[in-house]
Amino acid sequence: MSAWFKRTDKGIQTATEDKKDTPKGLWYKTPSGKIIDTEELKKNLYVSPEDGYHVRIGSKEYFELFFDENKFEELNEKLTSKDPLKFEDTKKYPERLKAAQEKTKLKDAVRTAVGKSLGKDIVIAAMDFAFIGGSMGSVVGEKIARAINYSIENKIPFLMISKSGGARMMEASLSLMQLVKTSAKLAQLAEVKIPYISLCTDPTTGGTTASYAMLGDINIAEPNALIAFAGPRVVKDTTGKELPEGFQRSEFVLEHGFLDAIYERKNLKKQVNLYIDLIQNLPIRSEVKV
Amino acid sequence: MEYLDFEMPIKELEDQLQKCQIIGEESDVDVTATCKKIEKKLATAKKDIYKNLTPWQRVQLSRHPSRPYTLDYIEAICGDTFMELHGDRNVKDDKAMIGGLGKIGDQSFMFIGQQKGYNTKTRQYRNFGMANPEGYRKALRLMKMAEKFGIPVVTLLDTPGAYPGLEAEERGQGEAIARNILEMTRLKTPIITIVIGEGASGGAVGIGVGDRVYMMENTWYTVISPESCSSILWRSWEYKEQAAAALKLTGTDMKKLKLIDGIIKEPVGGAHADRAGAFAKVKEQIVIAFDELKDLSDTDLVIQRMDKYADMGVYKE
Repeated sequence: MSAWFKRTDKGIQTATEDKKDTPKGLWYKTPSGKIIDTEELKKNLYVSPEDGYHVRIGSKEYFELFFDENKFEELNEKLTSKDPLKFEDTKKYPERLKAAQEKTKLKDAVRTAVGKSLGKDIVIAAMDFAFIGGSMGSVVGEKIARAINYSIENKIPFLMISKSGGARMMEASLSLMQLVKTSAKLAQLAEVKIPYISLCTDPTTGGTTASYAMLGDINIAEPNALIAFAGPRVVKDTTGKELPEGFQRSEFVLEHGFLDAIYERKNLKKQVNLYIDLIQNLPIRSEVKV
Repeated sequence: MEYLDFEMPIKELEDQLQKCQIIGEESDVDVTATCKKIEKKLATAKKDIYKNLTPWQRVQLSRHPSRPYTLDYIEAICGDTFMELHGDRNVKDDKAMIGGLGKIGDQSFMFIGQQKGYNTKTRQYRNFGMANPEGYRKALRLMKMAEKFGIPVVTLLDTPGAYPGLEAEERGQGEAIARNILEMTRLKTPIITIVIGEGASGGAVGIGVGDRVYMMENTWYTVISPESCSSILWRSWEYKEQAAAALKLTGTDMKKLKLIDGIIKEPVGGAHADRAGAFAKVKEQIVIAFDELKDLSDTDLVIQRMDKYADMGVYKE
């Protein structure tokens, strides 16, 4: 192979700020090469009608998917990050935050809300990968903790939609402790026997996988989502082994026993609510039966 | 004795001292005064070097090849009362994660920690202190056993990370760590955690949720190793020193951020320079911490532990 088109640099070369969620523009090309009109894609819940590819979406789209008539009350929406470590790499952390906020029009990498889904209350925390790779820092940890508190106080089931590269490096050990904080809250939620559904979407990796994403009463996923503790490149570099086909994708994770089920996006609302009715031994809602 | 780059002035003086002593032994020259002078210089050099360590130098010390490891501490602290326990009852016995029961005075403790090796062969045997999921599950099994019988748990953290292997991923490395964290937040027995070497990310916190958490003076604890942080944020391995500083990974930083309860002083030159001294300090801290915790009810213990972690994080409303 000629050297001139070989990729010599390892590692991700896309700046975190440039990572995209929902596609912009007129056309979208799926990884298998199918070209789709973005309007049509949107109508199809951002799933390619050609090959079933689930395009990454954010909290806005997931809220729309789960909440009836897209009606919900956002919780703690004003929480924003500080810069307790005065963290600076090639850029200062506050500058990264500002850039991410301007680009995404989001405050941080998770939004939490309460509303009705098929007529019943549900609390949802949905992560936004577009915001610094969906990384978990103090704000993400605190918002999730408070959302779980809301669930506990109001006896409402909790749905966590993970989409994250892991802990936020710019908050270092504070980020690491969010694994403990969120898990402690989930232990409290379990204590009062309120259902917790963890939905893993592409990608769910690192600290997220090592905490709330794997701790659901049920863990479910969208098709073909990357779900990993150490990402495939790290595993490959460490072990020097060739990775098997589909390694760390939803289907692989299901096969190895860490997911209860994989559902296509269009079925998520129904399946989550079906589980809620079944596990609480309640009559199954008519909308769920359809 | 192996020397780190910043310890070279010490090595030079120690070599000089040795030469001086040899001359004294092999000839009639009186070297007492010269030797004394060198000894004095050596003491000053040590004081200066170890007093002003940079974060990266602490990282280097935490990985010093002569540094004592988990089993060294446990064996020194418990003597022949230590009984090692093996296996996760599911897949295998993970050699990178060790555990077992031992006494300090009249009190039994369940010790758990990552274990590194001291030469090429044992380093491989211990997988460089990088546990697989079965290691975390073994740790949890032992913690639940301790809870059942009201035995306090001591965890000793020393890992460059949970093993990022193919089989580790297949067997649910993320789930294993997540489960441990959750169970440790509600374990109904005191947990005392001490970082004795490297405290790298999820692999460390997977046995690191405690009522009291301490770091030894020359250790680090954060979300990623300085090398990996450098490679991701600077896109090069060359910025590990800057990364170590930026990550605020030393005990002093962690205490300031209220993420740990205290720092355990090490002998001058680090734990490896005076192993017995280091073992005594750790033992003393375990006894003090247990004393503070032993009279709390299970409920209060868990509530206090959860409240402590709930407070961690800095944000604005």
